[in-house]
Order: sequence, then structure tokens, then C-alpha cells
Amino acid sequence: MGKSTNSAIFLDNAATTRTDPEVVAAMLPWLEQNFGSPATLYSMGSEAKQAIESARQSLAGLIGAESKDIFFTSGATESNNWVIKGVAEARAGKGRHIITNEAEHHSILMPLRHLEKKGWDVTYLPVDSDGLVDPDAVAASIRPDTVLITMVHANHEIGTIQPITEIGRIARESGVAFHVNAAQTVGHIPVDVQALGADLLSLSGHKFYGPKGVGALYIKRGVRIIPLLHGGSQEKKRRAGTHNVPGIVGLGEAARIASRDLVAEADQLGSLRDYIFAWVEENIEDVRINGHRRRRLPNNVNFSLEGIEGESIMLSLSYPTAEGARPVFISTGSACVSGSLEPSHILLALGMPAELAHGSVRISMAKGETREEIDYALEAIAAVAGRLREMSPVYKRGNKKCAAFDKTEGCDCEAAG
Amino acid sequence: MYSEKVMDHFQNPRNMGEVENPDGVGEVGNPQCGDVMRITIKVDEKEDRIEDVRFKTLGCGAAIATSSMVTELAKGKRLDEAQEISKKVVADALGGLPPQKMHCSNLASDGLRKAIEDYRSRHGN
Repeated sequence: MGKSTNSAIFLDNAATTRTDPEVVAAMLPWLEQNFGSPATLYSMGSEAKQAIESARQSLAGLIGAESKDIFFTSGATESNNWVIKGVAEARAGKGRHIITNEAEHHSILMPLRHLEKKGWDVTYLPVDSDGLVDPDAVAASIRPDTVLITMVHANHEIGTIQPITEIGRIARESGVAFHVNAAQTVGHIPVDVQALGADLLSLSGHKFYGPKGVGALYIKRGVRIIPLLHGGSQEKKRRAGTHNVPGIVGLGEAARIASRDLVAEADQLGSLRDYIFAWVEENIEDVRINGHRRRRLPNNVNFSLEGIEGESIMLSLSYPTAEGARPVFISTGSACVSGSLEPSHILLALGMPAELAHGSVRISMAKGETREEIDYALEAIAAVAGRLREMSPVYKRGNKKCAAFDKTEGCDCEAAG
Repeated sequence: MYSEKVMDHFQNPRNMGEVENPDGVGEVGNPQCGDVMRITIKVDEKEDRIEDVRFKTLGCGAAIATSSMVTELAKGKRLDEAQEISKKVVADALGGLPPQKMHCSNLASDGLRKAIEDYRSRHGN
């Protein structure tokens, strides 16, 4: 699965994964032969309906939910929007306060900003320099008018896994609805809605070898939420629109495979991840590991390279000049890639100086990733870092001051240089 | 996203490094924004010409490519001609830049102008 066309090494699996061939095979009949809508009564429709219910069961099994509490959507962005707008509207009579953290995904932050414009109040809790939210801070920020707490399970950029179970307990004790965005964790590490204490949980198919454009929202029985999409009576009148049958079948198959492979995958990628950290610290100077070292996704690696900028790292790796060299695809938190003038808000939330955030590299692996490919990619990264640092007018070798920045003390890179 | 010419200058930058004992130095940008360029020049005093010019750049693909292109355009030019090299001239010579890169990463011509000013202030003209 680590392999892709023209022998590129794809290490951007937190963005999206390759659809598992088993998933593709399961989907094809629902594209080629049975194209019926599950809402219809003739045999094509009822077969499609059965396929959807079977997928619902597989997915429910993966996250420890009851299948009647699973609602199919177009992906985690829709699920997150649905939760924030739908719970806010359903509970507006009780209050208009929502709690989240600064380092959330944009599909959480943007709907919240939308609500703020309409009069809702949002508390953005800080994270520490590893990206962790303090559960005590969550408890302290609950008010009588708080209606929703939304926390990411694991951060998509730095991989840090939040203390969700503790936050879930706090939410339950206070009677506040608790939403978990589990787009990065479902299918990669064990996710159990009961154990996490989640009232609502978002997930996306293409993040764990399923197809793009399909996901789900878990809604615990009794949780009040207004639909985002009104129309037909699909999904118990809570999410209108003709079912994406091939997508849902693919999601169900991805869930079935994940239930089988997840533990072995986490084990294998976790040791590769730790190998990468050790290699990088051993072989590249002036580097800072981003995110929590242990409480983190097994497939996620993130570090910042001092004195260079992420887009030029990414471009150099994607378009190698040496003959026969393999392209390596990674991601960066640099502003040049975010499309704004600011580097990643997640890295800035850690207290990282902007100049260090611009030089961040994220490696996110897929199951089956090999040590051979990782070694190739690491050598390529080290070579690119060396070349760009030679070109950099600001890089000063051994400038450890920034690599060891402390959130409370901050860091003045210019003074250090 | 980038033109072939931009990729060529990014991958094979011309005149990278620093002129030894430069007659003028121009540094522009800010590491917080992710772009810093340092242009150093050697001037043929008699001819008022740029004899040698080199760059060092921290930044994205466009930042590196524009720096490389500016040095290529400036080399051998009279100072008053080199001063006329604008952002647009650099971008056009590279076959265009994505619009969002025009302002944040296309600072090399400013760096060159600063280096020329530095030379002039040192030589009292």
C-alpha cells in the first residue's frame, strides 16, 4: 500500500489514503451492475438497502456502536458541520456556548466561526507544546449555557492523541453533549464510542483506505440534533439525499478490513515511526520533533527543520533531479502551502515561532509501508535539507535555541541567530 | 502550479552563494513570513556595471526561482539598468508566477535594488 504509480513514495496518508483493492472490488458491482436506489421497492432497491445495512453493521462494529446510531454522510467535514450547526440549533434554547481547542481542524473551526457571527460564544482552549488539551481546563470552562464540547481525537498534523476519555467523563457529568472528530483515528487505532464517552463521533472513509466522498456521524440515541440536509426521508429523516451506495459499501468494507488489520498495522507503523524519529535526531542537525512522543498516532511523524521553508522541501522531494530518483510525497505546515500568509495554526498553537513552523515536515504512513522506502525517503529529506540550508541566508548551524523552544518562555530566533 | 522555467531555476539555481568582499549587500524579507533574500554584488566601478551578483534565499519555490532569475538578469548590466528590474520583469522572465506568489515571494528585485543602494551609499553617490 505504500507503493504508488511511477514508484513515488507516498507519505501523505493523513491527507488521503489509497483505496484498498479489496474495497474497490467490493464497490464495483454497485457501480457496474446494481445501480438501484435503496429508497425504491423493487429488487434492485432492496438489495442496495441490504448492502447499506450490512456496511452500517461493519462500521458500527469497528467503533463499538449500535448500527442504528450510524448515519452516513459525505465525509468528516460534513459530519463536523452537521454536529456544530445541528447541535447548536437544537440546543439554542438552553444556551449558546461551545468549547473546543485552538488546534482543531478547519472543518471544526470554520463552522464555529460561522456560529460566532450569529451570536454564539466559543471557548478555544489552548494546547501545550505537545498539542495536548488539559482536561481540567475543559472542566473549568464549562458554564451553565454550555451546550457542546468538541475535541479532535488525534490531531491530523502532529498526531497527538487527546485525553478524550477524561474529557468525555467531564462532559457527561456536566450534561454537555460531547463530540469527537475521529477522522484520523478510526481504522488506525482502536476507537470505541462507549469507552471514549462520545455522544457524537465523525469519521471519513478515505482516511483509512476507503473511498473519498463518504463518511459517517455516530449519534448516540437521545442526542438532539437538527439535520444539516433536508429533503427525502433517508437515514431516518436525519440526512437527506440518495445514498452513495458504492461509497457506503466501500466504507463498510474498509471498516471490515480495519477491524481485522488495525492492531497489526498500528504495531508495524508505530515501530517505523519511532525508527524515523531516532534516525532524524541522529542524522539531521537542528531539528525539532513536533507533537507528543508517545501519545500519538502510529503513522504520524512531524518535525521542523531550522533555517529552511517547507514548500521548497516538499517541491524538492516531489521533483528530484537525479536520474532514476524516486519522488517522495510529504506535507508541510508552511504558509506557502496553506494558501494564506500564516503557517499552520496548529504549529503556532504549540507556541512554535513562525519561522520554525514554516520549516515543518509531516510524514504520514500507510499500512504495509516498508523500512526500505522509509530509508530512501529519509536520505532524500536529509539531502534536501542540506542543500536548502546551504542556500539559506539565515540558517546557523547548531542554533539549538529554537529547536528547544519552550511554550511558556517563547523563543526569539532572530536574537538566537 | 509552477511554470517549467520556475521549476528549472528552483532545481538548478544560478549564481547561488555570496560574492566575496561584496561592494553592496541587500537583504529583504523576514523569517517569520518564511522568505528572506540576501543579494550580494561586485561592481565594476569604472563602467558602473554589475560584475558579479549572487543570492542566498530562504523561502518557497517561487522565492528561490525569482532570486536566481534576478541574478541572471542583473549580471553585466549597468547599475541604472539593473535598478529598473521590477517584480513584473522577473515574473515574466520566469513565464509567470501564481498570483498568490507575486507579492510574498517575489522580493528578489527589491533585494537587488537594496544592494545597489548600499553600494551607492558606500561610494557617496
